Amino acid sequence: MNVQIEIQLIAIVVALACSTLGVFLILRKMAMMADAIGHTILFGIVVAFFITHDLNSPLLVIGAALTGTLTVFLVESINKTKLVSEDSSIGLIFPLLFSIGVILISLYAGDVHLDTDSVLLGEIAFAPFNRFVVNGVDIGPSSLYVMGTILIINIIYVSLFYKELKISTFDPGLAMVLGISPGIMHYSLMTLVSLTAVGAFDAVGAILVVAFMVGPPTAAYLLTDDLKDMIFLSGIIGTISVILGYWTARIFDVAIAGMMAVMVGVVFLLIFFFAPDRGLLSIMRRKKRQKYDFAQISFLMHVINHEGAEDEREELGKNTIHEHLGWNKEFVKDIFNNLYSSNLVYIEDDIIKVTEKGRDLAISNAEEIVNGI
Amino acid sequence: MEYAVAVNDLTVAYHKKPVLWDIDLEIPSGVLMAIVGPNGAGKSTLIKTMLNMIKPVTGETRFWGEVYEKQRKNIGYVPQRGSVDWDFPTNVLDVVTMGTYGELGWFKRPGKKEKEIAIRALEKVDMLPFADRQISQLSGGQQQRVFLARALVQNADIYFMDEPFQGVDAKTERAIISLLRELRSIGKTVVVVHHDLQTVEEYFDWVTLLNKVIIASGPVEKVFNEENLMKAYKSKVDKLFS
Repeated sequence: MNVQIEIQLIAIVVALACSTLGVFLILRKMAMMADAIGHTILFGIVVAFFITHDLNSPLLVIGAALTGTLTVFLVESINKTKLVSEDSSIGLIFPLLFSIGVILISLYAGDVHLDTDSVLLGEIAFAPFNRFVVNGVDIGPSSLYVMGTILIINIIYVSLFYKELKISTFDPGLAMVLGISPGIMHYSLMTLVSLTAVGAFDAVGAILVVAFMVGPPTAAYLLTDDLKDMIFLSGIIGTISVILGYWTARIFDVAIAGMMAVMVGVVFLLIFFFAPDRGLLSIMRRKKRQKYDFAQISFLMHVINHEGAEDEREELGKNTIHEHLGWNKEFVKDIFNNLYSSNLVYIEDDIIKVTEKGRDLAISNAEEIVNGI
Repeated sequence: MEYAVAVNDLTVAYHKKPVLWDIDLEIPSGVLMAIVGPNGAGKSTLIKTMLNMIKPVTGETRFWGEVYEKQRKNIGYVPQRGSVDWDFPTNVLDVVTMGTYGELGWFKRPGKKEKEIAIRALEKVDMLPFADRQISQLSGGQQQRVFLARALVQNADIYFMDEPFQGVDAKTERAIISLLRELRSIGKTVVVVHHDLQTVEEYFDWVTLLNKVIIASGPVEKVFNEENLMKAYKSKVDKLFS
């Protein structure tokens, strides 16, 4: 396997591991918590490093995973006092634990490969240098094995507890009554989020972990109404972002992890604008369409209201009607032409009249509006 | 008389502020009961505490003489419609199937049998044509019917419903009440947090008036009178005249 493929493979595995859990995070409105965990694990890593003096010790993972859970616990404890809102609680705990980690590093670990930069940004280009060697045989980069294991754990967790995750996310009250403890699901999910963030920090850095956990699921949410599809689509979107990011970084000779995070954003923006149903453009198109439809009905109702009245010539005159509707002349002309071509209105003696078909349409629409309320 | 629920000396407080004070309440089996009281009287808190979702400071709730955990499978719950995110990526049938999760227990996935139960429940609430509909596309009344279907699927002996009539259209309200009556007629007990005092006499046969303490509880024709209502809504009445 060459280095190029190895780098992309590691990043794809990270993206898949993150987005699998990320789907549930964003459905639980916990994107900011993912951000916080991604950073506070630094504190756990540093403390565990001081105990073991070994950057490859499994204790680092355990320490970091515990810090992630501690973060969630502290945020919730502060929030529970009802004195501080949830986002403020995150804003208090996240910098506190993270900065303690930063201070500890700058004080005691200046000469080891453990610095704030590498935790935040990672350096995926170096990831393949750290090999996994079994009996003297090099079987690939170790991050691939670490992240592969975490990915498998995440997949097993989500498929085993799919039903429990779904109900405790959608309706924690009912989950509780049915005997499916939302608390257990919550903390197990958060522990895995921490574990994933720890496993990935060395290779890709905390920023990319957060990007992969939040970006692809949020984009997938705009594309589907189905939870399973959302998980699969998140994986696909993450993978696309990785490949795009890698090759763009190569072309411009810039940081690979950084460019991958940028591509998560770019892919998200594309989906945000162009998603078939929930994209911004199709929402705007729909709104415009509705506005236009409503204007047509309003036009018809105006004609029906004033037909045969004394001021008919003034209210419905083909050159004066726009003043009464309060619309500009061009728009009125446009609406009239449309209605005319559908055979809903006609002009008689310079007065706009409505056909039977137009009358039926306007009345049935009005009824729909009244009944809809 | 056999009691489905017996609440003894239940007190619930948020910090120092008591929400419910020394509640003693007995609900006979087979009644259709409303819990009424002004805003902030603790109606939702009462049923959530009975269902073990909120820890009381003192007291306990027994279902047919047993603690909640022992009777869990016989207890159905319909939360307030607004308590969930209706933009969640799932469809109507799936939400109704969630009612079977308690019976299934951990790990097991709902299968064909559970789907069929859910479909039958949807039929009952006239929502079968919407089975595949994304839940965000439902009206308020339809959402409430979905919740009701999900409760039917739980096949419980007692149902707790938190404001099922909140913000539904007249047609849905009639459909819900006839369903609740049907449940009562087959021996189920139904407890409903209710807001609309005008319909209490028409809809329910048992009523509990609550305002942090139990004002009165019993058959509607006995306890649903002006005196008790004055007591329950006193603070409001006082304010009106002060």
